[in-house]
Amino acid sequence: MDVDSLTAPMTISFDYTRSLGPVLSRFMSGLRARRVLGARTSDGRVHVPPLEYDPVTHEPVTDLVEVAPVGTVVSGTTGWALVRLDGADTALLHRAAAGVSTGVRVRIRWAAVRRGHITDIEGFEPGDVSGTSGVPQAPSEDVTGIVTPITLEYTHTTSPGEGRYLRALQEGRITGRRCPVCRKVYVPPRICPVDGVHTEEIVEVADHGTITTFCVVNVPFAGQRLTPPYVVAQVLLDGADIPIPHLVTGIDAAEVRMGMRVAASWRDPAEWSTTPENIAHFEPSGEPDAPYETYAEHL
Amino acid sequence: MSVAVVGFAQSIGSVDLVPVFQRALANAGLERREVDFWCSGSSDYVVGRAFSFVSAVDAIGASPPICESHVEMDAAWALYEAYVKILAGEAETALVYGFGAASAGDIRRILALQLDPYTVAPLWPDAVSIAALQARAAIDAGVLSDVDLSDESDWVAPPIRVNHCAPVPDGAAAVVLAATERARQLRERPAWITGFAHRIDPQGLGERDLTTVPSATAAAAEADVAGVEVAELHAPYLHQGLLLRRAMGLGAKTRVTRRPAPMFAAGLARIGTAAEEILTGRSTVTLGHATSGPALQQNLVCVMRAEP
Amino acid sequence: MLGTGQTEHRSKRLDVSMAGLCREAIDRALADAGTTWEQIDAVVLGKAPDLFEGVMMPELFLADALGAVGKPLLRVHTAGSVGGATAIVATTLIRAGVHRRVLAVAFEKQSESNAMWALSIQPPFTAPIGAGAGGYFAPHVRAYIRRAGAPPHVGALVAVKDRRNGALNPYAHLRQPEITCESVRSSVMLWDPIRYDETCPSSDGACAVVIGDQAAAEASTGHVAWIKATAMRSEPTSYSGKDHVDPRAGAEAARALWRAAGITAPIDEIDVAELYVPFSWYEPMWLENLGFAAPGQGWKLTEAGETAIGGRLPVNPSGGVLCSNPIGASGLLRFAEAAMQVMGRAGAHQVPGATTALGHAYGGGSQFFSMWVVGRRP
Repeated sequence: MDVDSLTAPMTISFDYTRSLGPVLSRFMSGLRARRVLGARTSDGRVHVPPLEYDPVTHEPVTDLVEVAPVGTVVSGTTGWALVRLDGADTALLHRAAAGVSTGVRVRIRWAAVRRGHITDIEGFEPGDVSGTSGVPQAPSEDVTGIVTPITLEYTHTTSPGEGRYLRALQEGRITGRRCPVCRKVYVPPRICPVDGVHTEEIVEVADHGTITTFCVVNVPFAGQRLTPPYVVAQVLLDGADIPIPHLVTGIDAAEVRMGMRVAASWRDPAEWSTTPENIAHFEPSGEPDAPYETYAEHL
Repeated sequence: MSVAVVGFAQSIGSVDLVPVFQRALANAGLERREVDFWCSGSSDYVVGRAFSFVSAVDAIGASPPICESHVEMDAAWALYEAYVKILAGEAETALVYGFGAASAGDIRRILALQLDPYTVAPLWPDAVSIAALQARAAIDAGVLSDVDLSDESDWVAPPIRVNHCAPVPDGAAAVVLAATERARQLRERPAWITGFAHRIDPQGLGERDLTTVPSATAAAAEADVAGVEVAELHAPYLHQGLLLRRAMGLGAKTRVTRRPAPMFAAGLARIGTAAEEILTGRSTVTLGHATSGPALQQNLVCVMRAEP
Repeated sequence: MLGTGQTEHRSKRLDVSMAGLCREAIDRALADAGTTWEQIDAVVLGKAPDLFEGVMMPELFLADALGAVGKPLLRVHTAGSVGGATAIVATTLIRAGVHRRVLAVAFEKQSESNAMWALSIQPPFTAPIGAGAGGYFAPHVRAYIRRAGAPPHVGALVAVKDRRNGALNPYAHLRQPEITCESVRSSVMLWDPIRYDETCPSSDGACAVVIGDQAAAEASTGHVAWIKATAMRSEPTSYSGKDHVDPRAGAEAARALWRAAGITAPIDEIDVAELYVPFSWYEPMWLENLGFAAPGQGWKLTEAGETAIGGRLPVNPSGGVLCSNPIGASGLLRFAEAAMQVMGRAGAHQVPGATTALGHAYGGGSQFFSMWVVGRRP
């Protein structure tokens, strides 16, 4: 990694809600009741987990049959096994206890409390007879959906150019970079999207500029970090050749105009770090509006 | 109409596309604006950002606008899309690129999201364990022996050891294609694509015989691998390279190497490397292969020859 | 194009799995095309970001359900234009002589997550001013209104037209036969100047088409839609001097399209257009971008009622993206609806006598454009 780059952790997380459709609903409902259902297809084979569509005829599968909760390991590695349950023609992948290897007889260990999810099966353990793990549950309505939380951790790495831009922000300076071919100044710095070359020449730009266009955000949405209504404007900083999006406050939203001159309102320098959040928002600078022609090409 | 590979470049350790494009274009003898069609392969989940292929377009310099497309697959499939576009007469030249910065996340965990979202992915099986189930099945069936996998490095997921796993560095690759006359103008020995095919098998690990690779067999048959002197196989794990060699009917003398395999550029890089054998006059018939999905679920074969 | 199929688009299709959603569209397309599974040589799947459903490369687990096992399968992703790109890739496969019949399918099951969340994730080192999907488009709408001197009610006219058209379309998600200009203009402002009723919904849905070669078309018992021309262009999300209101990539794609189709006066020669209009004002903006109207004049066509069914250039008789927006499928729906028009299969939203139609899709930050022209006659 380049010495100028900066890194930060980034997590994406959501509880995905998945509707199951007719076949998987019956399968998951079966798991909740400690029953394993397989799909019988036109060739007479029983598939566990069930297929939704026949591999030969492509018709929707409708015939589900119960298979045993015991079977034989087809393949395994530490912690995982493919198991063909008695009555099934295909193997189910799930967690496996130690001592589970090819040919070993195993049985399902059921979760104590089940909700209609593949984890109603805790895993496979050695054994040839159906266990009695898990609490019997009164039958209830069919399970029609599952919730799958997905959380992934990443490291976000900036380009070297962005890294230096962020360090300059930490010092209260906004810097862009000029493309060696078209000579335009990009803020934040990036590969020149017109010429496909790295931009190296660092150019300091002002912390005030012109609103080219804007909108008033009135709607709350998942992931939003501010409370509506608020103005998000495209601000063409003096010295830059492309606008940056930012908040505009200190004025009634209805008064904001295309061409309005604005200046950055910086946070307390003691709080500055490598982030564009050092600028809290933009405010009207009091200068006369910029003529339309001066920013029209940036719309 | 014939299509040939006329240029190739790759980088290991970085996904900066600017130098990769410059080297690939220089290799082909083309200017950026002479490329009729750009096509890329990449995946959002590698870096955890939706639309992650979009910022890569900056490195092209797409103003004036370009004709461009993208597959959320290894760029070997983007190469296929570009190849077909030239065959259809819709372009005369194409630059195909792939990239993946696997260092951004835990790729072995992320790949669990390729699995059935209802019955498998919620268990979060890691990618090596999935591959290990295939390796074990192959040993049990006598298709592979312990000798084939003999090694002293640490276990990752038995029978897979550290040295069986292809390194997955950050990386990028680019391949340039051209149609008949153009290819002849650009390179003395274009790598003519004489066969290009891909197929997919059912995903369910318990649904298929993990020791055979029907999609690779079918793709190799359609692409016609007769006489292949060098085969560049995209094999994330050593046992997979052995299974592929067998499935594709390649001679036992075909070397199975453990090359770095940057995510979503690996297959394209295999094809580009195989093409270089012809471009440089070292071979007359070569093959590049790419795989996608768990346990060799989907496979692509590109056969190139010194004569069209 | 031999046949089309689509799902009943809804905010949440809780009655089906992802495979079930795709199959609803595919089964209808195969029936409409009079094509069997065995006759399909290859499958092309299109879908927007994997993050929407939390499945990485869904073509892998869906291979069985899509009938792709043992066949070539591609998965295209070009942001919002992906549905169009899917159809174009399938068309190119036929034109290249590689296959005889290709199934193109695109879907989005947005209810698995939340579209706004997925589109608003901010990476580190950026300021938390994410304005949501509409926040990207609203400033450009404002710039168009200023540039064209358009009266403020034009956006509402589009919303009324499209939502009423949707009421004629049994598959549409939003179907509002009672909607009026007044009700639109009194709906809550979301991203000034875009109001709630001028905004596309978030939908679960799928679309599928079967594309075949000339022999397959001649063997077809019903009318087919002949694909006269296709075009795709891309440009960067932003660059110094980019015209976000009249993007160059869209204009150049259209010029290439008209040239390939032998069309010199689009407003006269196109009978109906299915355009990707996610926010009402994009109808007049795209009319100009595509060359149906001179710059600054697009809103006049809308205001005069010329884009209604029965007008000079009906736009989105299906109700368009303003009625149904399964993002990955929306572009393919535009292409399919254009084909349905020239095949005479658009039912209650049929434009009488339509023989030449435009399907248009776009995505990203006004940067990816795909479009096709289809005709009733070869």
